[in-house]
Amino acid sequence: MARRRDAVVRRGLRHVLRGIVEQPGMFTLAVVASSIYGAMTVASAYVIGEVTDRVLLPSFADGVTTAAALSLAAAAIIGVALLKIVGILGRRLFAGIMSYRLQADYRRRVTRQYLRLPLSWHQRHPTGQLLSNANSDVEASWFFVAPLPFAVGALVMIAITVVALFLTDPLIALVGLVVFPLVFLVNVVYSQMMSPRMQRAQQLRAEVSEIAHESFDAALVVKTLGREAAETERFGARAAELRDGLVAVGRVRGLFDPMMEALPNLGTLAVLLIGAGRVADGSTDAGSLVSIAYLFTLLALPIRAIGWVLADLPRALAGFDRVTPVLEATGETPYGPESAATTTGGAAVAVAGVDFTFGDAATPTLRDVTFDVRAGTTVAVVGPTGSGKSTLAGLLVRLVDPADGTVLLDGVDVRRLREGQVSAQAAFVAQGTFLFDDTVRGNITLDEPFSDDDVRAALRIAAADEFVAALPEGLDTRVGERGATLSGGQRQRLALARAVVRRPRLLVLDDATSAVDPSVEARILDALRDSDEPSTVVVIAYRQATIALADEVVWLEDGQVLARGTHEQLLDEVPGYAALVRAYSQTEVPV
Amino acid sequence: MTAPADAPLLPADQRREGALATLRRGLRMMPEFRRGLPVTFALALLATAGRVVVPIAVQQVIDRGLAGGDPDLDVVTRLVLLCAVVVLITAVAVYRMNVRLFRTTETALAGLRVRAFRHVHDLSVLHQQGERRGSLVSRVTSDVDQLSTFMQWGGVLGLISVGQLVVATVVMFVYSWQLTLLVLVCFIPLAIAVRWFAQRLATAYGVVRERVGDVLGAVAESVVGAPTVRAYGVGGRTAARIDAAIDRQYRAQVDAQKVTAAVFVSGEFVAALANAAVVVVGVLLGLAGDITAGTLVAFLFLVTLFVAPVQTASEVLNEAQNAVAGFRRVLDVIDTAPDVRDPAIAAPATVRELPPGPLGVRFDRVAFRYAPGAPLALDGVELTIEPRQRVAIVGETGSGKTTFAKLVTRLMDPVDGRVLLGSDAEGWVPLDEVAFSSLRARVVMVPQDGFLFDATVADNVRYGRPGMTDDDVATAFEELELGAWVAGLEDGVRTPVGQRGESLSSGERQLVAVARAYVADPDLLVLDEATSAVDPATEQRLTRALDRLTDGRTTLTIAHRLSTAERADEVLVVDAGHVVQRGTHAELVDADGPYARLHSSWRRSSTGAPAATG
Repeated sequence: MARRRDAVVRRGLRHVLRGIVEQPGMFTLAVVASSIYGAMTVASAYVIGEVTDRVLLPSFADGVTTAAALSLAAAAIIGVALLKIVGILGRRLFAGIMSYRLQADYRRRVTRQYLRLPLSWHQRHPTGQLLSNANSDVEASWFFVAPLPFAVGALVMIAITVVALFLTDPLIALVGLVVFPLVFLVNVVYSQMMSPRMQRAQQLRAEVSEIAHESFDAALVVKTLGREAAETERFGARAAELRDGLVAVGRVRGLFDPMMEALPNLGTLAVLLIGAGRVADGSTDAGSLVSIAYLFTLLALPIRAIGWVLADLPRALAGFDRVTPVLEATGETPYGPESAATTTGGAAVAVAGVDFTFGDAATPTLRDVTFDVRAGTTVAVVGPTGSGKSTLAGLLVRLVDPADGTVLLDGVDVRRLREGQVSAQAAFVAQGTFLFDDTVRGNITLDEPFSDDDVRAALRIAAADEFVAALPEGLDTRVGERGATLSGGQRQRLALARAVVRRPRLLVLDDATSAVDPSVEARILDALRDSDEPSTVVVIAYRQATIALADEVVWLEDGQVLARGTHEQLLDEVPGYAALVRAYSQTEVPV
Repeated sequence: MTAPADAPLLPADQRREGALATLRRGLRMMPEFRRGLPVTFALALLATAGRVVVPIAVQQVIDRGLAGGDPDLDVVTRLVLLCAVVVLITAVAVYRMNVRLFRTTETALAGLRVRAFRHVHDLSVLHQQGERRGSLVSRVTSDVDQLSTFMQWGGVLGLISVGQLVVATVVMFVYSWQLTLLVLVCFIPLAIAVRWFAQRLATAYGVVRERVGDVLGAVAESVVGAPTVRAYGVGGRTAARIDAAIDRQYRAQVDAQKVTAAVFVSGEFVAALANAAVVVVGVLLGLAGDITAGTLVAFLFLVTLFVAPVQTASEVLNEAQNAVAGFRRVLDVIDTAPDVRDPAIAAPATVRELPPGPLGVRFDRVAFRYAPGAPLALDGVELTIEPRQRVAIVGETGSGKTTFAKLVTRLMDPVDGRVLLGSDAEGWVPLDEVAFSSLRARVVMVPQDGFLFDATVADNVRYGRPGMTDDDVATAFEELELGAWVAGLEDGVRTPVGQRGESLSSGERQLVAVARAYVADPDLLVLDEATSAVDPATEQRLTRALDRLTDGRTTLTIAHRLSTAERADEVLVVDAGHVVQRGTHAELVDADGPYARLHSSWRRSSTGAPAATG
């Protein structure tokens, strides 16, 4: 237990150091400003004491005063205050900038990881969790930075105070020597009590966010099945746990705050009690005692700043502990040194002995899959629902890497290609289309230099030109988050146009034409194939018309390639294939 | 279907409303918060008293115990001990107050969170889609958290500060009314400045909250759109967009920080001014014989007592602006009236149940548009679908098929005309008078994207009918002729589907979604492209099983694959918001109309065979 406690404090201090090391400039500026503030706070106590002793009391004693003395007193008070203001402004601004820079910096690092880590990693982490990692966890990690320079400044003040105490009266100084370490002790105990509670609260906070995310994503299902009450209950249960967790945090914090407030007060009282005795026996004078007592009251706030930093550390650690796994996650897609072929025609694709298993599933999704696609030809991958077609499609454009075996693009293992080489050659249209919260044009060009004519031509091929023209701002219309303002069919057409405009050497269509007219599909395939240098196309489809366009069909069942050949060959030789593609022909049509 | 280009957005941040009005509105929404508040206030008062007593005692010790360099140790000891007792009582009072406050605020905020959550679900689909997902989530998470920080820290501190201010003023008056007036005069400009600052702060924090929302949106793209980002190698572009959002948030935060710092130092400056004025005027008053040296020294102490809460209050003000911005966002959700309301709540007097028995559908001159000014998606549709019919709705993309389905299930209300459910035998009931409990139990729609929860297959199916055992679920799959598919899953119906069901293929997700609707046992089943990603053989088996199982019920099916239409009792052809053809497949396929064209095109593509199979 003691070791663990110790660890919290040590880790906390290391975390503080991390923040300082990463923003040394801002930190130094803020500490300098805080020190000015601290020094001026002490100075203001000193000035009040001096004014009392030299101007106030003599005036009352003598019954006269001079304008010069009064102006000097006023000038001293205001001058010190102005310097203090400079200190405060600097501290606040620099500390704020330091905290916000750290937040922004870690947000960048976290999101960079999101973009770098493989899809398998994404599949293991709920969206809600990743969002809260980038948002509230990063914020929690660096929240304590705002009062940090203040606290460091407070340390300076405490040092000055202790020295001043010793110079005035060593006995009174002992009070300081008892009170200040006591403050730290209370803080240490606090951090240890708080740490596990804070971690739990932060964890619950993320879970509440995950439920909200999932539930709002599922809004349509919730509505159509009338499950709003049940969803609210599910959310409410977790919100209640979060509430209990936060109340538990509050109990500890609620105890800590008044203690931190009472300690300097009790210190002041002790100073007075002991000081009175010292004044009585002539060891010190009343004026010194007054300024020391004043100093102690002034110290109350900065001491609390130390408390704020320490109080926030458990939360910071809890947040940072949730960010760290993202930052340290490995398994990013490794890239090789090679460039793809620079020819312009279709790419040759070969899949050799590929195995693939999702996460820690016991049964592999793909087993020893081998086939090749000659450059410029079209291959249809056909198989029952759940046979592994989409997984295979993802492998071809290197969304995932196989557990075993290789995927070759123009004879080069895709893992040996440099970053960006695969996506430069291949375009992929997924089953579920994803659009960015951008304009129609932005969604198609993805900021590559395609001309509007290129874009319009692609839209025409994807049969999207008419509805885009009818949009209020045409190509400049924003499509909303994930294309929310468009219908499913419209989104699919834009996704197709996005692929077509690139004239890819390899096009992989994963059942991406289910919502578009067959004639549109034929037009897309024609556009890519009917040139001198036709693209290679791998299409996952059920429609016979689409399949009939393919030079070869690969029949996938249970993750294995069970047959290859032309459409006609497979119809003759593979009963499962025939049953699947002829399902509609066999319908007894009422006449 | 050109959907809600300018769908009615939530009125976030558009309404200008004072902070106090927001707080009042919010407190009304949080009855839990008011419970036990008097005791908490009493404790806060006690804490305030304690805070004021200590410095006064210090001054008394100096004035009475140490005066004249000959300390009266008895007086000092008595006073100090008395004071120590007060300090301890104050600490206990603050502790009790804190605990109470944490409990009531967290309870109240949990209530608010849940209420806002529920309200998001009560909003219509159009509203839900008009908002960014991340922004909706933040309203039940970070916006509420912001409030809790304020209510527990700022709220208390603010209350104590005001109390302290009042007490300090009163005590100051007792010591010297002249000097008190002087101090108050010094603070008048600050009071004016604070109002001005409050507005600046509100604006600055409003911008910060907005930027936070933008960052969440940008980050969400990199997470949800991960496959697309990779497939197109646009990691750099996505990173740039995220960075830009992060930069904008950073700049907004620094801007807000500048205003905050300015607020704080203005208090500091005024305090120094007051101190200097008190010294100068105090000495002059003293010379005039109005006050003693002791009173003046004591008064200087009291000024710090007056200044400290002013500074704290400006700090709290800052926090309050931030919290109010968050509060407003939460309240705006709750205050958005759902445009499709459950009549059980909206009009309990006239609410009705659906008539018993099989349900038919009647459209009475129904018109619909997605937004004011948008073209009509459905235009004066008038039709009756008899109960027990199996109807296929066909048409080009964007013809209004999905709109039709959403109106039947009351996901949206028509802009004109009405939709009725029922039968000639049992009577027809306008949909907008049917309690949601009755409607959702008997009318179920399966959308194209059958969202699955991160749970097992069985859990997801059970969602349609809570209380089913895993075996019941397995049986349901058997009945739907999907037993073989289930058997092929790693762990049968206990196989986890992953988040959003992504461990399954989209076709498989659709199978689960159809099973979920099937076990809900509706009298009217609406399938909107519900099997579009399922392989044809499985689809044929499944739909035939469904036909058999739902015999005697009404089904509306929207599908591109016209095999459904071939088997349906009746086909409705929708084009540009109108029902242009109606009849059996056999009648329509030979007629010269859009259906024949659609069908032959589909036949060609799905079978490669010539069209005239009818």
